[in-house]
Amino acid sequence: MLVQGLIGQKLGMSQIYTENGRVVPVTVIAAGPCRIAQKKTQDRDGYEAVQLSFQEIPEKKLSKAERGHLKKANVPFAKHLREVKGDLKTLEVGAVVGADQFQKGERIDVTGISKGKGFAGVVKLHHFAGGPETHGSMFHRQPGSIGSSSWPSRVRKNKRLPAHMGNKQVTVLGLEVVDVRKDENLLFIRGAVPGYRGSLVLIRRSNRK
Amino acid sequence: MNRLDRIEQGLKKARIPVFRVGDTVRVSVKVMEGEKERIQVFEGTVIARKGGGHRETATVRKLSFGVGVEKVFPLHSPMLEKIEVVREGRVRRAKLYYLRTKQGKAARIAEREFSTEVPDRRPSPVSEPEPEPETETVKADKS
Repeated sequence: MLVQGLIGQKLGMSQIYTENGRVVPVTVIAAGPCRIAQKKTQDRDGYEAVQLSFQEIPEKKLSKAERGHLKKANVPFAKHLREVKGDLKTLEVGAVVGADQFQKGERIDVTGISKGKGFAGVVKLHHFAGGPETHGSMFHRQPGSIGSSSWPSRVRKNKRLPAHMGNKQVTVLGLEVVDVRKDENLLFIRGAVPGYRGSLVLIRRSNRK
Repeated sequence: MNRLDRIEQGLKKARIPVFRVGDTVRVSVKVMEGEKERIQVFEGTVIARKGGGHRETATVRKLSFGVGVEKVFPLHSPMLEKIEVVREGRVRRAKLYYLRTKQGKAARIAEREFSTEVPDRRPSPVSEPEPEPETETVKADKS
């Protein structure tokens, strides 16, 4: 195996049949094609990694610095750059990697930006039970008491209160690759993956079984 | 059509025979018994077709020893061998769930005299043999 991860775009969820007729819920991800834009070496950078570029865009969309960086690698102008681990000996700058890096049955971790839910109350965000809807109850979806009085005269840290929900980085570990289409750079992954359709995801080989 | 829709199009079977709700069909399904595979036939009335694209299913109902039995067949499943139309029924509803409460004479469906289109009755293409049984729900009720 060459690259330990790929940049991809979530296409959405669907379902497929296994050979024995079972239905599997899958997320379809367009994984790659990614190009290697840079190699990070122990000597120069203090760690080893490869930088991948994904999704070509016109030159005018990039800053001069970004253009120079990609030109140096002789890689087409790309929207996204991410670093993953990889085999520095066999990988060359400019090389194209895609869904063929992964195999059916392999386990992967997928990182993405979850769907934003806005400023959410305590019932939705922290799964508080809330109060009764009827029977004269005037306590519905409020947080309730948030602490004691004169001592400590403040709200304790980490008190679970309403806050912004979603739209943050989430990683789902140990998802199964159900199918790989190398020619189309498609990965079919069992289960759900963070983010909306069309959002960027980072796929990495998982330690989980 | 977006990219995912195109991918889903590719997951469909080449051809599904034309049949409608109210028709009586004979469905052949591959069933695994231990290591051996055999074909199981289920004949009954189509009471519903649900879903679109490669997700489409058909619910088939029959009476088995006086007990109503319904099976939901995923039409694009590789375990579904073929579907043959035995009889065409004339119904005015998309879902025939009312049949569950009817018995005998009341549960009859009139034959369709003339069909607007000529149904394609060739058996669906045979897919290669595979292990494990169907993902289908068997529902029995008293009727």
